[in-house]
Amino acid sequence: MSDVAHAPAQPIAFKRNAREALADPQLRRNFRGAMDFLMDKRRSQFPDGDELERLRAFGNRVRARALSRLPELLERLDARLSRNGVKVHWAETVDEANAVVHRIVEQHAAKKVIKGKSMVSEEMEMNHYLGDRGVDCLESDMGEFIVQLRAEKPAHIIMPAIHLNAGQVAQLFHDKLEVDYTEDVDRLIQIGRETLRRNFFEADIGVSGVNFAIAETGTLLLVENEGNGRMSTTVPPVHIAVTGIEKVVENLRDVIPLLSLLTRSATGQAITTYVNMISGPRKADELDGPQEVHLVLLDNGRSQAFADGELRQTLNCIRCGACMNHCPVYTRIGGHAYGTVYPGPIGKIVTPHMLGLDATRDLPTASSMCGACGEVCPVKIPIPSLLRRLREEAVRAPDAAPQHVRGQGAKYSRKETMVWKAWRTLNTSPALYRAALYAGTRLRALMPANIGPWTDHRSAPKPAARTLHELAREHLGDQ
Amino acid sequence: MNRPSSQPANATRVAPPLEGPRVYPARPSDVYLFGTCVLDVFFPSAGMDAIRLLEREGIRVHFPQAQSCCGQPAYTSGYTEEARAVARAQLALFAGEWPLVVPSGSCAGMFRHHYRELFRDEPETLALVEALAERTFELAEFLFEVCKVRLEDGGAPVKVALHTSCSARREMGTHLHGRALLAQLSGVERVDHDHESECCGFGGSFSVRMPDISGAMVRDKAAALKGSGAAEVVSADCCCLLNINGCLEKQGDALRGEHLASFLLRRTSAAARGGAK
Repeated sequence: MSDVAHAPAQPIAFKRNAREALADPQLRRNFRGAMDFLMDKRRSQFPDGDELERLRAFGNRVRARALSRLPELLERLDARLSRNGVKVHWAETVDEANAVVHRIVEQHAAKKVIKGKSMVSEEMEMNHYLGDRGVDCLESDMGEFIVQLRAEKPAHIIMPAIHLNAGQVAQLFHDKLEVDYTEDVDRLIQIGRETLRRNFFEADIGVSGVNFAIAETGTLLLVENEGNGRMSTTVPPVHIAVTGIEKVVENLRDVIPLLSLLTRSATGQAITTYVNMISGPRKADELDGPQEVHLVLLDNGRSQAFADGELRQTLNCIRCGACMNHCPVYTRIGGHAYGTVYPGPIGKIVTPHMLGLDATRDLPTASSMCGACGEVCPVKIPIPSLLRRLREEAVRAPDAAPQHVRGQGAKYSRKETMVWKAWRTLNTSPALYRAALYAGTRLRALMPANIGPWTDHRSAPKPAARTLHELAREHLGDQ
Repeated sequence: MNRPSSQPANATRVAPPLEGPRVYPARPSDVYLFGTCVLDVFFPSAGMDAIRLLEREGIRVHFPQAQSCCGQPAYTSGYTEEARAVARAQLALFAGEWPLVVPSGSCAGMFRHHYRELFRDEPETLALVEALAERTFELAEFLFEVCKVRLEDGGAPVKVALHTSCSARREMGTHLHGRALLAQLSGVERVDHDHESECCGFGGSFSVRMPDISGAMVRDKAAALKGSGAAEVVSADCCCLLNINGCLEKQGDALRGEHLASFLLRRTSAAARGGAK
């Protein structure tokens, strides 16, 4: 964990964002349709429920084994990659990671960077950072390209432009790329690809993410469907891969179940169109590939999660996005409302480690704990349990020891703490409990018609005339 | 739940081993009923109907008057210590061998799964918790698997939509039991509703902390139930019913959800059979 003192952050305006999103029927329709589609695709890839459960349990163990040896595996990865000729950089914060990237950019006097899809680069806000320093950063994944044209952030970790329909993309391309308006999806993709292709050859540096970093062989594995990942990592003379420290696994055998779970859970594909395995720069006798390859290993709060056995499970994540596809909250408010790089259930449990609980105070409570996310997670992250744990950390006294999560006590309130203490007294004093319920049912006529936010969407609940305690005593006797 | 208490807090956790299908005991002579606090106040007749259904199967029902809440509201809100105190008070009431029957998947899930987490650092209490978890059953599950009820329908033909709570579905694994019970009723046609497996949006404190999102979810659920063509709505969880019925009432709709226990008893009581004949 960082020794740098943490300045309390301004909370993300999650509730306001959510309210606005809920009021947007186009957004609601786009997400509902897209999530239904993705859920169906995933389901069709796992026809055998028992096989799925065994595979998830396997995936969970592979991830747990890697995490149980994380420091050692990272050292091995570093050593092996270095032997392969890859330069490895360690960054504790996004500022450090950006500085590393910028240093490489300066060394090569690079003016133009082309990016494959990378959520860690979103975490770093690399486009912004390099843009401020006069370096052009162009997204080459079609979805990322679209959101970049709209000056937006990705709405989904796998499908960045999932919030838009074909008509909205058609209008965007017409406005920004000055092409004829067409809603033909194939034509739109073609237009995008033509625009992007030129840029691969003009770029000085290619940037990509990493799906799995393999310690034994020093291999960076990257899956994608559009070929832009391969182009970004092979055409420009310099390739910079950025990744979180949790992505390391021991060997290629470990990748097999994880890859199978990843693509099937994410897009409902048995395998992606491209599986790139990068183990070093171009060798003397090779005709293509970059002359220089860098890997930036980013912490950004991950070691805080790592330090606690329960929260460590957050780092099992292989970034498939299935939790958001199945989340009734995400489906209704979309990705942008979260105000975070990682939206949806995984975003709610990972972002507090990156930004602190104070900035993300509303995220752990924005769940009905329905459990759909945990049910589909391919590596069995107990997401609802971790949300509950973060709620606990958020209501603990800010100065209570030990401190597990930055921004502890972000929702601490003396008043609410007193209410729960009273609730405890009520529910541990049988006579008091029965008296309270007796009073509640006898005074039911006084129940107000409007009780806070509950009655915005529902009528007020009416207590029955008599409690079950009374009815049961009459029927069964005083037990 | 997935860490023996002897391991240090920072040990890497793995998911608990896959559970096989639950093995059910023979029909007991006696059971405990945990009424749940929401049912206690808002749906007490559903509790009585559950008691009558069990008694009809020849089972003596015990309702300890000292029971209150399972502790879940505090637990999910992050007030773990308060939840533990309330859970401890309940634990003391259900000693011995009798099964604990709960007419709610969510409170049953609390007893069966989350108490283990609450008491994992207290080995002696944990032994009691484990034993109680083994004999905790959701009502529909208990009626179908343990009592092996054979229901005889006496009601008029009707289309029914069944809403299964998220905890009944995902924690208790009992979402097929409600269906199986309804399937025994010859006059009942169970109809699916749109996004049937989706949460109704209650989520305890979620419904008041995130009222806009929760409201959008319950309005969608109400619309799906109304659009299913069902004349009646049934659920085995009072919290979902409180939420869904409140929304239907606010919308001025006549449709109301009924607890599964009340529905089953009504359809199979002598009066219903007499009425049909």
